Amino acid sequence: MIINLHVNGIKKSFDINPDEYLVEVLRRYGYLSVKKACDTGSCGVCTVLVDDSPVLSCSYYAVRANNKHITTVEGISGEDRSLGEFLVDEGVDQCGYCSPGLILTVIAMKKELENPTKESIVEYLTGNLCRCTGYVGQLRAIMRYMGVSE
Amino acid sequence: MKDKFQSVGQNLSKVDGMGLVTGKPLYTDDLAPKDCLVIKILRSPHAFARIKGINTEKAEKLVGVEVVFTHENVPKHLYTRAGQSYPEPSVYDKYILDEYVRYVGDEVAIVAAQSEETALKALKLIKVEYEVYEPVLDMMKAQGSKSQIHFRERCFLNMDKGFEPEKNISAVYNFSVGEDVDEVLENCHVVVKERYKTQAQAHTMMETYRAFSYIDQYGTLVIVSSTQIPFHVRRDVALSLGISAGKVRVIKPRIGGGFGGKQTVQVEFYPALVTYKTGKPSKIVYDRKETYQATTSRHAMALDVTLGSDLDGNIKAIDMNIISDTGAYGEHAATVLGAAGYKSLPLYNRVDGARFTGKAVYTNHIPGGAFRGYGVTQGTFALESAVNELAAKLNMDPLVLREKNMIRKGESSEIFNLTTVGVGSDPIPMDSCELKYCIDKGKELIDWGNKYPRKVISPTKVRGVGMSIAMQGSGIPGIDTASATIKLSDGGTFTLLTGAADIGTGADTILKQIAAEGLGVSYDIITVFSADTELTPFDVGAYASGTTYFSGNAVKMAALDLREKILAEGARMFEINNEDVLFDGLEISSKDGNKTISLIDFSNKLIYKRPHIQLMGTGSYTTTDIAPPFVAGFAEVEVDLETGKVDLLNFVEVIDCGTVINPKLARIQAEGGIVHGIGMALFEEVKETKKGKLITNTMMQYKIPCRMDINNIVVDFAESYDKTGPYGAKSIGEVVTNPAPPAIVDAVFNATGIRIRELPITPEKLKMALINK
Ligand code: FES
Ligand code: FES
Repeated sequence: MIINLHVNGIKKSFDINPDEYLVEVLRRYGYLSVKKACDTGSCGVCTVLVDDSPVLSCSYYAVRANNKHITTVEGISGEDRSLGEFLVDEGVDQCGYCSPGLILTVIAMKKELENPTKESIVEYLTGNLCRCTGYVGQLRAIMRYMGVSE
Repeated sequence: MKDKFQSVGQNLSKVDGMGLVTGKPLYTDDLAPKDCLVIKILRSPHAFARIKGINTEKAEKLVGVEVVFTHENVPKHLYTRAGQSYPEPSVYDKYILDEYVRYVGDEVAIVAAQSEETALKALKLIKVEYEVYEPVLDMMKAQGSKSQIHFRERCFLNMDKGFEPEKNISAVYNFSVGEDVDEVLENCHVVVKERYKTQAQAHTMMETYRAFSYIDQYGTLVIVSSTQIPFHVRRDVALSLGISAGKVRVIKPRIGGGFGGKQTVQVEFYPALVTYKTGKPSKIVYDRKETYQATTSRHAMALDVTLGSDLDGNIKAIDMNIISDTGAYGEHAATVLGAAGYKSLPLYNRVDGARFTGKAVYTNHIPGGAFRGYGVTQGTFALESAVNELAAKLNMDPLVLREKNMIRKGESSEIFNLTTVGVGSDPIPMDSCELKYCIDKGKELIDWGNKYPRKVISPTKVRGVGMSIAMQGSGIPGIDTASATIKLSDGGTFTLLTGAADIGTGADTILKQIAAEGLGVSYDIITVFSADTELTPFDVGAYASGTTYFSGNAVKMAALDLREKILAEGARMFEINNEDVLFDGLEISSKDGNKTISLIDFSNKLIYKRPHIQLMGTGSYTTTDIAPPFVAGFAEVEVDLETGKVDLLNFVEVIDCGTVINPKLARIQAEGGIVHGIGMALFEEVKETKKGKLITNTMMQYKIPCRMDINNIVVDFAESYDKTGPYGAKSIGEVVTNPAPPAIVDAVFNATGIRIRELPITPEKLKMALINK
């Protein structure tokens, strides 16, 4: 079946199977920043933004995204791009596999949390697993990015 | 002169960092050809069986199926999947496909089809008839079991490590130093004798196992793989197919984590076989279930430790006996087992006698394999737990007990001589051991004086602190090899070619720093390329904490070699002696200042004018030097007495890894390694049913630490310099993982009086113990 998605601001049609998840469709069409790590909605690695909200694309049917706006890391722009630099600055881009999902979640979080604190950041991001960094370095970078002090 | 540019010790960002965070297609599956065949594997539902009959007719007829392999039509060459230097000390006990299946998940058939859907459909059409055997599912009973898992005539040994398949023994490791341990123990006033158990742990790297392959323009079989060991993959795949290694090329792109899992050749055999037989590109991507079910995990172990001391806490004897569960195959069986002893026992080098005995046994579990720490994590847990128990028995602060007994700077242990290839019998002094500093600093950072042993917070909440020390190696002396090449190109730029495998660790970045330091140039004019078995020089790969030390030393040699060549060419150009030439990183000049040429002009002249050459420096490194890193780790926990839940409030680790080449990256490496140890202490456990079927086969069931589980982690570095390391550096990757399990166990003991000797410390386990107290 054919669906229409606005991916990173560009409207395109996608030929999909009705039972296909969004992650598969996006990867098939070349949005390779979108990664999958668990297939069970447990790790956050596959996160993309659907109409600005973080969504686990491994457990979100592509058909549900019809006519919606999708953002992948390839499409982030403006000030949001600097988040990657904060991560690299802190050295938390280890294997990097969790980075796209984390970055998109942080971008959504920044819009959503009005008075972010260390605790509310950790809570918001708890579904984004990382096996390399031990989290604390990521937290340092994200707090700096969000302008939150200890 | 060379001080103009300093690279070692700088917080350089990762050379690939921006590529990673902007989501560039850099990983294996991002690079696979779109139309390649997709491979799926039919797996055994039985823990132990023989395939009596297998019918693939229907599967082969399915439209879109390219080829189906069973044990009847694959090349039959024995190999080991363990990625180790040749000749490997692991038993060659594996075929690509065998008529025996030895654990639930073992490979039965390989299907390659035009789509994943078709391949999965084809798997369902294969009919298999099994003769099912009684499996061995308890490692403690493996030796006496009636079921024999491997057969002598169906295995091959490069060297005898005690392989005794009739008793299901894959390997034996024994050594002892000093006086007879039993006699010494008899005369000890205080003795601790306990059994500790460590669980199988799953790597859970975010990028699961995957590889693809194709035939290139030269007829070479190319394998692009998410691996830690490209050069070993090349050799092993060639062996499995019975072809020359010269026909195989392995490329390692960016890797989404490995932690030892990718030091085993897990998946590369399959696309290699399919492409070799069909001539068509093919790929395999394990899903998370397969990754848990059908690869390797940390060897589960039962460790008996006996410690004896006098009344003042001078440890006189250590006896360690281990049974290690190597599961269905013997990858890394002997070496993980041995490392558990010989990289933990030297911590206490003043003993009158130390003895290590161990067996790695075959069972019908998921195979054991390399996992960050490589046995030393298990050995450290048992040894350090026993030392903490001794402290409790003596009523002595565990820090004081460590100070009395631990190895110090300048001292040695005979165990190093016994267990290292080619070192001879002269004592090997630890001239960069800063354990004392690590303990003192850690004590201050955790505020031990105020917190030890416990603080009651409320009627239901108690806090406690605990600690551990640990060591590891820096590569495998006498066995491993690393090499590097650096070329000076026109335009005054350098390229570092290294076979070292950056798997997210930042190896490419720190090796570039070492190259810049050796050349005496800015790191901005160096680019790095790794790792491709056709293009980069040999390196064993990322394991045994060897990259900084081995690959770093090779890069340093290459850099110094090239620097010499630059000076020599400068001398020729200026028609003066080599000693009269200077190179400050920007210009080559004569000492008297009369002649000067910029590096850019110099390199252009070399290539385009005269003498029409490209300068290249190379280095190959091996050593018999031993340069263990040391750490001290401190845990503070809060235990909920009502639920048995343990919250880790603080973890402090002070690290002696020699010179820290890149403090920023080293810190993250340490924090990540600590969390692996925390996971092992508190959450992670591979669990199977009574029939040997995996229960923890998703990330919902297998719990790695999440963000909420990790509170405060403090990492600090001792000032240290090892004269054998590149600019003083030792390793860091594994040692950082070792202290968390024993330190956390002791913190829980200090809080509650309950000693957990079997990991992980789950709330159920602790609550039951509290009830039975
Ligand atoms: S891959 Fe979607 S949550 Fe893990
Ligand atoms: S950096 Fe590797 S999983 Fe997060």
